[in-house]
Amino acid sequence: MILTNVGSVPGKKIVEHFGIVQGSTVRAKHLGRDMMAGLKNLVGGELKGYTELLQESRQEAMDRMTAQARQLGANAVINIRFATSSVAQGAAELFAYGTAVRVE
Amino acid sequence: MLEIVLSYPDLSLFLALMVLGYTCGTVAEKRHYRSIIRREKELVKLMVVNADGHFAEGAVRTAFLVNGSMVVSNDYFKRLLAILRNIFGGRVKAYESLIDRARREAILRMKEEARAKGAHMIVNLRLETSTIGRAANKKNRIGSIETLAYGTAVVMNRP
Repeated sequence: MILTNVGSVPGKKIVEHFGIVQGSTVRAKHLGRDMMAGLKNLVGGELKGYTELLQESRQEAMDRMTAQARQLGANAVINIRFATSSVAQGAAELFAYGTAVRVE
Repeated sequence: MLEIVLSYPDLSLFLALMVLGYTCGTVAEKRHYRSIIRREKELVKLMVVNADGHFAEGAVRTAFLVNGSMVVSNDYFKRLLAILRNIFGGRVKAYESLIDRARREAILRMKEEARAKGAHMIVNLRLETSTIGRAANKKNRIGSIETLAYGTAVVMNRP
């Protein structure tokens, strides 16, 4: 599966369009991580637990998106965009969407 | 001295947190900026553009998505400064530098991933910022900030 965020797959020709595919996941971090983040809020700096959590969740959103694309018979997703929103306290939604296509 | 600390426990805790926040935050920020500048020099050869590239036929071997992100939060002292700034208005320098280094770090992580996978350039860079964490849904509060950088890494046939 080829993933790009430009309107085409560089070096390849698009032969068929399948429309929008999307994947999302809502995640909350566990209490221990949250407490560590609270402590880190005092001294500042990177919250590594959150960075990892969001990367994992984003990967999962992308996996869901590619699974949907594969079901349609696509072998590439182009023009991928990401969005993040916090839906509830301590939970975040990670969302990925793009256009499923078949390339030669 | 100890008597004063014991007779005003709230105030002394507050002051202690402020001093802790200030020292740790300043040291961490300086160290981070040093590392950012060093790594930016290292990776300057890897081109990043935010336009989508048009390539000649047969010039590109593969293309794939790369991303990098960072979640960062400010220290106690600087958060207090920002709250005071809310009263008088004006530039909130404490948060300017925070977002700046989070964004640069995200771009660097993306470039490092691209380099590790053997890419020659990154096209169509997109940057996104969002607030997450406990304060994300509260009005007038900035909690932790997540910055995300993503783009399409391109491997050329003849670099």
